[in-house]
Amino acid sequence: MSNFNAERFIVSKLRSIPPSGIRKFFDLVANTKGVISLGVGEPDFVTPWHIREACVYSLEKGYTMYTSNWGMPELRQAVAGYLEERYGLSYSPENQLVITVGASEAVDLALRAVVNDGDEVIVPEPCYVSYKPCAVMAGGKVVSIPTKPENDFQLTAEQLEAAITEKSKVLVLCYPNNPTGAIMNRDELSAIARVVEKHDLLVIADEIYSELTYNGQHTSFASLPGMKERTILINGFSKSFAMTGWRIGFAAGHPDLIGAMVKIHQYTILCTPVTAQMAALEALKNGLEHVYRMKEQYNQRRRLLIKRLNDMGLDCFEPKGAFYAFPSVKRTGLDAETFCEELLKEEKVAVVPGNAFGAGGEGHIRISYAASINQIEEAMERMERFVARRYRELQVRAQA
Amino acid sequence: MREKILEILRCNARISHEQIATMLGMDPEEVTREIKAMEDEKVILKYNTLINWEKTDVNVVTAMIDVKVIPQRDVGFDEVAERIYRFPEVRSVSLMSGSYDLSVVVEGKTMKEVALFVAEKLATIEHVQSTMTHFVLKHYKQAGVIFEDKEEDRRQVVSP
Repeated sequence: MSNFNAERFIVSKLRSIPPSGIRKFFDLVANTKGVISLGVGEPDFVTPWHIREACVYSLEKGYTMYTSNWGMPELRQAVAGYLEERYGLSYSPENQLVITVGASEAVDLALRAVVNDGDEVIVPEPCYVSYKPCAVMAGGKVVSIPTKPENDFQLTAEQLEAAITEKSKVLVLCYPNNPTGAIMNRDELSAIARVVEKHDLLVIADEIYSELTYNGQHTSFASLPGMKERTILINGFSKSFAMTGWRIGFAAGHPDLIGAMVKIHQYTILCTPVTAQMAALEALKNGLEHVYRMKEQYNQRRRLLIKRLNDMGLDCFEPKGAFYAFPSVKRTGLDAETFCEELLKEEKVAVVPGNAFGAGGEGHIRISYAASINQIEEAMERMERFVARRYRELQVRAQA
Repeated sequence: MREKILEILRCNARISHEQIATMLGMDPEEVTREIKAMEDEKVILKYNTLINWEKTDVNVVTAMIDVKVIPQRDVGFDEVAERIYRFPEVRSVSLMSGSYDLSVVVEGKTMKEVALFVAEKLATIEHVQSTMTHFVLKHYKQAGVIFEDKEEDRRQVVSP
């Protein structure tokens, strides 16, 4: 027997991070046949053909080399133009933008670039699963703020104010939100901005779902007065252009902050794959029409899903962004995990328990409507049967 | 709103008005009214079914025929087109720019039947100068639908 103990070599910070709650559920779903999955956090659309075609063409032309660490100048130029046109933000493609391996890498870079050991990173939850682990790996201490359904899952200025200590340094904002579908409009964000300014915080704004905003226009946090220099804006192509697997995103912000992020990026990643960059360039040049077309489809599915959920008596606040609904399942008498496991077992529908997304997610499930109308309809039929059975059981128990 | 209703119907003509209303955030009665109006105005002409005949026992032979017409005074393209589209064998007729004038799609049970139709009926119509017949060997995509789409859902069943 060797006396080698691999575990001993793994850094303790990493050991403190629990395994993903989604992973466990994934194995369960993957081993069940005939499942309709509304548990997928990515578009059901395949990347528009012209983008795929442009990538193939770029390979034929020999685009197989490294690019600038910051990303190809043409692409940075195009991203700058896009941010200007869509969100009224002006960033210099020279030193205020970096192209990253998905928005995920940008989140990691941003946190590593600004978090010192012991700095507090404020994270409103439920939220995407990677902020907390990345903050912890960067040496930060995570301060979670549970957002509430009665506040439409928005962060309130009061909550933020209450979470501040002298160690507070960074606020992570993700609106439109995964998993709740919540958005925050200009006024609501302005209230947050005032607290941010008062306490000299830096904001990491993950706006990956910005194009999927259904009632009104998305407001970028960086577009608020005084917030541009305080915000590391993160966005990408995954959700808007249905390009998840390409792994391409970007970050924009103050030259010093972006410069610091690029320092990490260049020594770890070197540059984002050129194939993905070529595809992204085509997406920005000619793909926006597809974005709007897909958004309209999501919007139609969203309305359908919400109606079905309300019809079956589940409380669901109206999600106005991303492609998720986040209803409460409390009325069924089940906790989120039990609901998801039994629904999978009995009706073969996969949805994700809300507690996988942190505090405040318990009692809720995340339903993705990145699925066809027919799939959504069928899944809702099944779920309605399931929920009705649980209601009946509760009634019988109450009478007994 | 009409455009959105049409876009939904184009993809699924059998969808209920209630469902359309939900999807578009409209009142069901309003949807019914709009659709009825579009039917009356002949914006919506018919609700067809797209069939892959190759998967049935029915023989369907399709030919696309380029028709050149000699334009003559008082007899525009429309009159010649009408003489052609009145035949039930003819599935579609369009006026074209370019090297020929009318593009005609003809369906029959056999190649012979279609060939005979072209030779006896189509080519003999007054003002038809020439025809060029192309038989369809295989349909890959029709009305926006790929017949055998190999692009399945390749996503992970659950992801964050």
